[in-house]
Amino acid sequence: MLSGYRTNVRPSGPGGEVSGLEPHIVVRDLTMAYGSNLIQRDLNFSVNRGDVFIIMGGSGCGKSTLLRHLIGLQKPAKGSVFCDGVSIWGADSKERDALLRRCGVLYQSGALWSSMTLAENVALSLEQYTDLSPARIREVVSFKLSLVGLRGFEEYYPAEISGGMKKRAGLARAIALDPEILFFDEPSAGLDPVSARLLDDLILELRDSLGATIVVVTHDLPSIFAIGNNSVFLDATTKTMIAAGNPKELLERCENVTVRNFLTRGEAGRA
Amino acid sequence: MSSSPESAPDMPGRLELERLSDGALVVVVSGRWTLDRELPHADQLLTGIEEGPKADILSFDGTRLSGWDSGLLITLVRIVEYCSQAHIAVDRNGLPKGVRRLLELAFAVPGNKGGKETQQLPLLARVGATAINQWLSFLAVLDFLGEITIATGRLFTGRAKFRRLDLWLAIQECGADALPIVSLISVLVGLILAFVGSIQLKTFGAQIYMADLVGIAMVRAMGAIMTGIIMAGRTGASFAARIGTMQVNEEIDALQTTGVAPLDFLVLPRIIALTFMMPLLTLYADLMGGLGGLIVAVTGFDISFREYYNETKNTLTMTNLGIGLFSSLVFGFLISFCGCLKGMQCGRSASAVGDATTSAVVTGIVSIIVATAIITVVCNAFGI
Repeated sequence: MLSGYRTNVRPSGPGGEVSGLEPHIVVRDLTMAYGSNLIQRDLNFSVNRGDVFIIMGGSGCGKSTLLRHLIGLQKPAKGSVFCDGVSIWGADSKERDALLRRCGVLYQSGALWSSMTLAENVALSLEQYTDLSPARIREVVSFKLSLVGLRGFEEYYPAEISGGMKKRAGLARAIALDPEILFFDEPSAGLDPVSARLLDDLILELRDSLGATIVVVTHDLPSIFAIGNNSVFLDATTKTMIAAGNPKELLERCENVTVRNFLTRGEAGRA
Repeated sequence: MSSSPESAPDMPGRLELERLSDGALVVVVSGRWTLDRELPHADQLLTGIEEGPKADILSFDGTRLSGWDSGLLITLVRIVEYCSQAHIAVDRNGLPKGVRRLLELAFAVPGNKGGKETQQLPLLARVGATAINQWLSFLAVLDFLGEITIATGRLFTGRAKFRRLDLWLAIQECGADALPIVSLISVLVGLILAFVGSIQLKTFGAQIYMADLVGIAMVRAMGAIMTGIIMAGRTGASFAARIGTMQVNEEIDALQTTGVAPLDFLVLPRIIALTFMMPLLTLYADLMGGLGGLIVAVTGFDISFREYYNETKNTLTMTNLGIGLFSSLVFGFLISFCGCLKGMQCGRSASAVGDATTSAVVTGIVSIIVATAIITVVCNAFGI
């Protein structure tokens, strides 16, 4: 069932030109809650194709919950999330599967399956969704791991590698199926500044070369300014979004005290 | 996805090798190169390069590509790697921009050349390594036992730090919460013993002795063993999983750095709770087993409740009961010891928690059986 919002769906793929204006994900009147506990209400924003879209806000404002709604892990209390015009929760299971197949997610801790090697972690979705031969899958896995700088680590288990490597392996798993949309939950959390910067560069490189739309949940300011070209700011007090737009422009123009305080690490409040 | 007017969007992916007059090689990739369709392999092309005259440079022509994904990239990676080994320079400019960037990314970091050491040791070395590991495991068990003894000493001198609430919760978990499953299993074991015994006893009209059979079997051994097995699967596993998960979440490290001994805080309450609840549960299991035998006797063999009760009362001795309760005390300690030991030894991953839980149950059950064998032999030696 396709309901509500519709957009012109164009064929896309790696290396495709990025228009930057065509809505890829649309959030309409979204209200999120855990039972009677309201998290955020009346969220309305669009993520354009090719955007690096930042979901930002203070701790506990519901950033990760919003991400769970965008990837279909949690049902909205009210409102809808559309991906290429298809409502995630209005779609039947086949459509939902097809939508999720086009998405890759990097979780905060990497969320690698600990009983599998890195190669097996990356290969699982390929085995699940494609008819590729084992030899082809091995080649793709090796290539994906080389993209994130982990060539030669195929047979390692997650427990045998560092936190930063786990994150990169998680990214290799997220891009296994050449997704159109990549979601990142706190990608730089727990990484040293150099590794965080390298991961930011990798995210931009993947956006440019794969032509993917990127959605990042973070409150890491250097990352926000380095990679984001569009954003939404969630506020824990008013329980709704209080700003949206390019983070650098928000820093220059936004007059909301909470947003300014956040983007200046509290300097605006002291002045 | 890039497209070209020269190629139909659904043309299959093709890979061709051209040799220019100056000896340079051109690899022409055309059509749609996506993983959802059959793609050409690089092998034939690489053989062509190898068998032909030596070239200094190889370039790509991707102008007739109508679509691509990782399917194209894995083929190109093979060609580029081959050229690197064959000292042939590669010009990637003829490829689409996205492909070039991804190739640069793939070769940006040199691979982990050593790879993972998966050297297969000779048989003798493996036997030796296994023996050493077993010995180290045995030492670890002794070490844990020693630490528990010291912690018990701290408990009796009032220096052990744990929350009384945790002890009561553990007692509830090991006691009252286990009653339903202990009831079910014990009644069924009593039923089974009575039925199996009745087959032989009926042949010479001695059905009344099924009360003796069920009573002695349950009170002396089966009540304690069955309760032990239930508690190993239920509570021993739970101890290992909970402590193991705390290990994964670094909660045990946090306890240590706070100055609280994890053994006092996590292990002692659990060992005390299960060790002292097991005899009570066993007593309850004995009663339930007797009830199972009674049901069979009354409903299937025309024996009255009073007859069954009197026969059971006459046959049971305090010695039987004492052996059963002593066994249960030992089992309680062994199960909680194995559960806590495996939890504390747990690694720092989800699969390690699973392994610890499995190991706790297996070790718990094996130790119950071994302990039963030892107690039986000792009782036999002393004529008890």
